[in-house]
Amino acid sequence: MNDSHEPKMLAFLCNWCSYAGADLAGVSRFQYPPTVRVLRTMCSGRVDSLHMIEGLKSGFDSVLVFG
Amino acid sequence: MMGNSESKTVTGAVMVVGGGIAGTQAALDAAEQGFYVYLVEKAPSIGGMMAQLDKTFPTNDCSMCILSPKLVESGRHLNIELLTMSEVDRIEGDAGNFSVTVRERPRYVDFEKCIACGICSEKCPRKVDDEFNMGLNKRKAAYVMYPQAVPLKYLIDGENCIYFQKGKCKACEKYCPAGAVDLGQKEKTHTINVGAIILAAGSKVFDPSVLDTYGYGGHPNIVTSLEFERILSASGPFEGHLVRPSDRKECKRIAWLQCVGSRDTHEGSHTYCSGVCCTYAIKEAVIAREHAKDSLDAAIFYMDMRTYGKDFERYYNRAKNEMGVRFIRSRVHSVGPERLGSPDLRIDYVDEKGSVLSETFDLVVLSQGLEAPADIAEMAKRLQIDLDASKFVQTSSLAPVETSRPGIFVCGFVAGPKDIPSSVIDASAASGACAALLSPARGTLTNEKTYPPEDPVVNDAPKVGVFVCHCGLNIASVVDVPAVREYARNLPGVAYVADNLFTCSQDTQKLIREAIKEHGLNRVVVAACTPRTHEPLFQETIREAGINRYLFEMANIRDQDSWVHQNEPEKATQKAKDLLRMAVAKVALLEPLERMRAELNQGALIVGGGVSGMTAALNLAEQGFKTYLLESAGELGGNALKLKHTWKGESVPEFLGGLRERVMSHPLIEVQLHAGIKSIQGFVGQFITTAEVAGVPRQFEHGVVIIASGAEAYKPKEYLYGKSDRVVLWHELEELFEKDPRKLEEAKSVVFIQCVGSREPDRPYCSKICCTASVKEAIELKERKPDLQIYVLYRDLRTYGLREELYTKARSLGIMFIRFPVDEKPVVETVRENGKELLSITVRDHVLDRPVRITADYLKLATAIVPKGEKELAGFLNIPLNQDGFFLEAHMKLRPVEFAVDGIFLCGLAHYPKPLDESIAQAKAAAAKAAGVLSRPYIEVEPVVSSVNKDDCTGCGLCEKACPFGAIRRHEIAGKGLRAESIAASCKGCGVCAAACPQKAIDIVHFRDTQIVAAIRAGGESA
Repeated sequence: MNDSHEPKMLAFLCNWCSYAGADLAGVSRFQYPPTVRVLRTMCSGRVDSLHMIEGLKSGFDSVLVFG
Repeated sequence: MMGNSESKTVTGAVMVVGGGIAGTQAALDAAEQGFYVYLVEKAPSIGGMMAQLDKTFPTNDCSMCILSPKLVESGRHLNIELLTMSEVDRIEGDAGNFSVTVRERPRYVDFEKCIACGICSEKCPRKVDDEFNMGLNKRKAAYVMYPQAVPLKYLIDGENCIYFQKGKCKACEKYCPAGAVDLGQKEKTHTINVGAIILAAGSKVFDPSVLDTYGYGGHPNIVTSLEFERILSASGPFEGHLVRPSDRKECKRIAWLQCVGSRDTHEGSHTYCSGVCCTYAIKEAVIAREHAKDSLDAAIFYMDMRTYGKDFERYYNRAKNEMGVRFIRSRVHSVGPERLGSPDLRIDYVDEKGSVLSETFDLVVLSQGLEAPADIAEMAKRLQIDLDASKFVQTSSLAPVETSRPGIFVCGFVAGPKDIPSSVIDASAASGACAALLSPARGTLTNEKTYPPEDPVVNDAPKVGVFVCHCGLNIASVVDVPAVREYARNLPGVAYVADNLFTCSQDTQKLIREAIKEHGLNRVVVAACTPRTHEPLFQETIREAGINRYLFEMANIRDQDSWVHQNEPEKATQKAKDLLRMAVAKVALLEPLERMRAELNQGALIVGGGVSGMTAALNLAEQGFKTYLLESAGELGGNALKLKHTWKGESVPEFLGGLRERVMSHPLIEVQLHAGIKSIQGFVGQFITTAEVAGVPRQFEHGVVIIASGAEAYKPKEYLYGKSDRVVLWHELEELFEKDPRKLEEAKSVVFIQCVGSREPDRPYCSKICCTASVKEAIELKERKPDLQIYVLYRDLRTYGLREELYTKARSLGIMFIRFPVDEKPVVETVRENGKELLSITVRDHVLDRPVRITADYLKLATAIVPKGEKELAGFLNIPLNQDGFFLEAHMKLRPVEFAVDGIFLCGLAHYPKPLDESIAQAKAAAAKAAGVLSRPYIEVEPVVSSVNKDDCTGCGLCEKACPFGAIRRHEIAGKGLRAESIAASCKGCGVCAAACPQKAIDIVHFRDTQIVAAIRAGGESA
């Protein structure tokens, strides 16, 4: 890992709240770092611990479950 | 369907005249409620003025992006017939059975044959001003109004065509590859039978060239607000670059001048307030600053800032405090070139203190007012309906969508100034009024949708089509769209890629269907905006092309990418590629699914028995639906019980008496007083509400819920309220004088203070109704007792729309208006004068710029309208409240009475403070939307639900405990013990059970473990 490495985040967002919130951030043009990759689920409760581990195994540096 | 007892036969079709946002919404709602709709539009395409707007307030949504799905939906709705270039000539017959004669002008292009390739336009040698872009650029005489036009069919403009002028040319005919050009077309006349008519003729922008002050027409850099919308638009004349017309120089200083043609007594102007210009000017200023990356000086010159709608005040505060927009309270004297021949413009104005000042700008935008359509007088004559003094269609506050002729309803700006949400509410309300009139004929003239069989290619190996959207400039100005498209080409399973200016437009839907057929695609990914708004549109498109709806994914590269990484185009492009790769990985593993049907209880439950609740109940009952009306108080009526007159002067007690009588006596309405809701369970089609009614527990089963729970007046601690009998709220003054008329006789002076508790840090919203209410009451007092001194202390006088009449009248009667700033509120004290204890009110007069002291007999406080604290109700239904505690609808612009959760609707003060006419319209709109659900034979259930593998299940019951919806239960299987079972109709597909299952025996259809993991893995790779 060198200095220019930008940690990449996997975010699980709930369709009804946090995913809607991320859309609202867009409508409001709030700027945030372009290092997060969003995966929409119908509820954050869908996210299994195995999904989080899979994220880390696949090359993400961090995982956010937001709901 | 439950029938109406009327024996008269009526026609189950509705004609909507005007295809702007109001007309389009009215058409969609009427069709949803089971009526065949003819949508008659004068222009070659529907969309109206909203199609010309760049963004919409207060959410800054791209106007075309939210409008386009509605246009596309009505364009392809099986029960909506578009008649463009058409006008109503004559209406014969009566409510329930009209015969309408419609004239259709020739298009000179065969509708069936035109493939919208645009070659006719390319070859046409005649250039004329493009009206859609307000004449800022040219179009051809063979043209289409705008790229997303519905219907997307070209036309030849006969007035400008060389062939029609000189007898030769016909280039269009010669080059058209489809043989669609038909220059011999003649005007056609249609006779159409309908049961009701909705007039939605829209508005016309005011032409400022009739006023000398503003120099419009004499200088290219003085533009109107609608011209400026086109300048801002990516599909506009300057492709969204913020440049001025004269020299295409980037603008650094822009001024907006408010009330151009509104609130103005000059010849040619209108005295009313156009109602929308304050907020749209703020929007234009904010968006312009966004375009210019903050280097822009944006200044708004205004008289009163009228941001009275839901969330408008916050929008204003944000523009002022965070976005750096300058607001200058002033009167503009003149606008003209800085010096002779200069492209720069000088504005001379007088500020509040009376100083004469001037400033120079690159561009001046005139916030032009709106007026009734040019041909309204003639149209009214043909339709035999009455107009008011301002030439708007005459309506009553108590019947806001009814015209003077029974069976003809009205919505949108043609009935008076209103913004898009109000127009949409009116539109739904008008459709509901038609439905109540025509309910015996519901479903008699409509067609059922049939789809082609699903193509067996769905079972083949994935052949994915990828469509990447530019969204005008919304995506393409940040993300490198062609690079994303090319990247997609090499992803596994991808068989076809394309990019589109607007993937949601009707022509692109056709392109998608064609690509599916031509390339044998069996899965589709759209990289564009958010699936929350656009997924259903694309799902419908692919289903029409024979692909199962669920073989579809979206990559959100706008809301969650280009809009939020505006300064990092490369990284945003990288993110777009990653999101697209994840979507492609998931779509390859998706399975075809079928929607399920669930039972529908055709009853409604309405929470709140005020005017809104009663209006909604009556409308639903008249449509034939059983309705439970629950009111917490001991009588129906709510806040309206305290009202005497509407602002137009209609008697409220008389209206309320009639309404209550009709509600109480209607056989389909069951009124429950003293009702307190204990719980609401279930979902659309099958709700069960438990309530305590007068101390007795009761249970109600119903298919939909309408929330009409109202709001109340704020009780202040300031201004000596509660300490002096002479300080009163709202209706208390009227009651005081009614009880003891001597008090009014003896009074010398009455003061009103506005914005008590509103527009303050604790409650940063405008309560909307208080300015009109106080001005109306002041006039009544002044008329009863002309020597009474009346002072209204205000911050901005917000008598919006036609209510401005009252303000003008009040001033002419001698009522004094004194404006105070929020940081220098009036000071109220008690004084003894001539042995009487009176009030002394000190306020800084804005004209004199010094404090003045007023001795008053009475002080009336116009306090904020506050929500009732409905957290519990919101919790039962899983619906949101906004920051101020009012219910938050699904979309502030286009879904103003609905929630994201199906089957729940909203109206009245529980949504936001509003006057009686707007509450009535919203109640009718909520009823219309509810009827849209109740008039179906069953509920379609999304198949995204849990599925249990019974072989792996050990019956431990963790899923049953985890499920918040009671949608998973264990039951005994002989010889095996307990096993879990999913109840699809109750399941919301959240997946909590799947995450809870230690055996991994539960999976969620459409969000299966394998599908999620594929997307995770694809996201983890680097592109």
